[in-house]
Amino acid sequence: METDVLIIGGGTAGCFSALTISESSNLKVIITDKANIKRSGCLAAGVNAINAYIGKGETAESFVDYVKRDAEGIIREDLVYSIAKGLNQVTKRLEDLGIPILKDENGEYVQRGKRSIKINGENIKPILAGAVTDKDNIAILNNVNIVDYLVKEDCVIGAIGFSLKENKIYEIYAKKILCATGGASGLYKPNNPIFSRHKMWYSPFNTGAGYAMGIRAGAEMTSFEMRFIALRCKDTIAPTGTIAQGIKTVQINGKGEAYVERYGKPTTHMRLYSTVMENLKGNGPCFLRTEGITDEQQKEFFKAYLNMAPAQTLKWLEGNTGPSHENVEIEGTEPYIVGGHTASGYWVDCHRRTTLKNLYAVGDVAGGSPKKYVSGCLVEGEIAAMSIINTIEDGTIPKLDNEAINEKIQYISYFFDTPSSRHSIQEIEIAMQKIMDEYAGGISKAYMYNKVKLDIAAKGIDELLSLIDKVKANDLYDLLSIFEIIDRLYVCKVLIKHLEARKETRWRCYQENTDFPEKDDENWMKYINSVYRDGDVNILFRQLVGRDKFYEHTN
Amino acid sequence: MSIQIDKNKCISCGKCCDICPGNLIDKDDENKAFIRLPEECWGCTACLKECPVEAIKYYLAADIGGKGGYMYSKNHGEYMDWYIVSADHKKYCIKINKKVSNAY
Repeated sequence: METDVLIIGGGTAGCFSALTISESSNLKVIITDKANIKRSGCLAAGVNAINAYIGKGETAESFVDYVKRDAEGIIREDLVYSIAKGLNQVTKRLEDLGIPILKDENGEYVQRGKRSIKINGENIKPILAGAVTDKDNIAILNNVNIVDYLVKEDCVIGAIGFSLKENKIYEIYAKKILCATGGASGLYKPNNPIFSRHKMWYSPFNTGAGYAMGIRAGAEMTSFEMRFIALRCKDTIAPTGTIAQGIKTVQINGKGEAYVERYGKPTTHMRLYSTVMENLKGNGPCFLRTEGITDEQQKEFFKAYLNMAPAQTLKWLEGNTGPSHENVEIEGTEPYIVGGHTASGYWVDCHRRTTLKNLYAVGDVAGGSPKKYVSGCLVEGEIAAMSIINTIEDGTIPKLDNEAINEKIQYISYFFDTPSSRHSIQEIEIAMQKIMDEYAGGISKAYMYNKVKLDIAAKGIDELLSLIDKVKANDLYDLLSIFEIIDRLYVCKVLIKHLEARKETRWRCYQENTDFPEKDDENWMKYINSVYRDGDVNILFRQLVGRDKFYEHTN
Repeated sequence: MSIQIDKNKCISCGKCCDICPGNLIDKDDENKAFIRLPEECWGCTACLKECPVEAIKYYLAADIGGKGGYMYSKNHGEYMDWYIVSADHKKYCIKINKKVSNAY
């Protein structure tokens, strides 16, 4: 197939990029999604707030200040600033598309916090998907799993993948390629192993494919060591912000004491760190104090969670209880790599171009701009779309020669032909999660790691990668699972090297290096980037980029 | 495990197979929907919302505090009715107006 623009991933950023291109040009767009874009990815169940919004009294500048402070100074200010300037406009666009936003008697949005507004986002994916489906120049390929980019002479010219519904391999060429896939979950042993192992914060089906494709193609990546670990309701892993911000309640330990501020400024990672430490000290379990809220408030929480994390409402009501009767226990999740929350992802310029020619990255896979959330992903989608429209050129798209493309097709088909292996796909997944948990700072080690452990982790991940060629696929779902585990292993490889490279502890829990337990501003106010080449992750350091700089790649 | 599909109620429409973000639901030899790996389910409930005959129930496994209760939904266009049945068979119904924002 051939198109002007190929968008890989039909989530928030991908759909909004496609919409922008469709409404501002005549370019033809193909969106691929490995599920059905109506409910794919991290917004499948919904979302109940827009958490990146310039509220009353705030400005784009104060938003950047906040993100910088929360991320201990290591952000791409230029990227965050460009996002901040577009947040309110895209939120209005979201409302125009049909997302209900709570308003006061004056018709103004009701704020949940300085940078958060209340919505009903249960339908956010169906609404976004509906908007792109209506466009004549957008084609959607659902249930197509993209495996790798097609690269010719250091230029990305398309992508290759396979259908999950029929025996078909897709070879798609495009003038511009935009990666808008999700981040990576399932790298570490989860909170609830065995029966409920996928009851995690982030979509378990976001397995880091977009990162892994870029890594294998030699794209520069940034800040993988800034992991994201969510503070969530225990067991259900439902968001805590709805309660914490909704009724301005506090975190308390088992003794009923408010504890967060004992540990310093209550940044996102310090709320988590303080909870982990209280548990280590024997002061747990920790809770959000909700006992005594009104019945009306409780009913509203039941509704709010049904629109986003229905398991939490089920958990309360199936036990005939609720937050007015009992405090909500909280805990940290396993670590994730997700650029919508932290700074990990592709190293992009101000137009969201990656270091690979013709390849853009937006949303969860674009690095440098933490706390972009849903609305920030929309802005990034728009920025990339406008750059694509302004720079796309007429002309024929180069193609891979037959030998090169056949090699890629054979690689995808290969897993059906391997003899039965000793190890199942699930075994390899569990082994990877165990290695990462124990040696690369997982839950069981209170997120801490050191050099000796990371060396063991790196060796273990390489050994698992060498086993992959012996794994067999019996059907298309198995084939998907194999490529998902390959992608996760590549993300692990890069993550481990990044964790090792930052010889300080910058973000409690997110990056807790016990060899260097303190923050070191003198030496480490810089980005850790990497490029994968010939099996090795090569680390490079880059200087911080300020907010008024329009950073463009020079190499 | 997280969802259960009632084969007797399933009308083989395939909507749940199409919508699952994890590609976890397929049809069996009798053309009825089944979840291939229940322990891989995220619990997003996309399938419940698509099912036109309320054949799919969502429940929590014991390891995350499930006590035997379950939930299912009825979609009425602008409204969504959620039914939650507790372990002791008490039934709750919560009506959600999709056009109205959450209060929190």
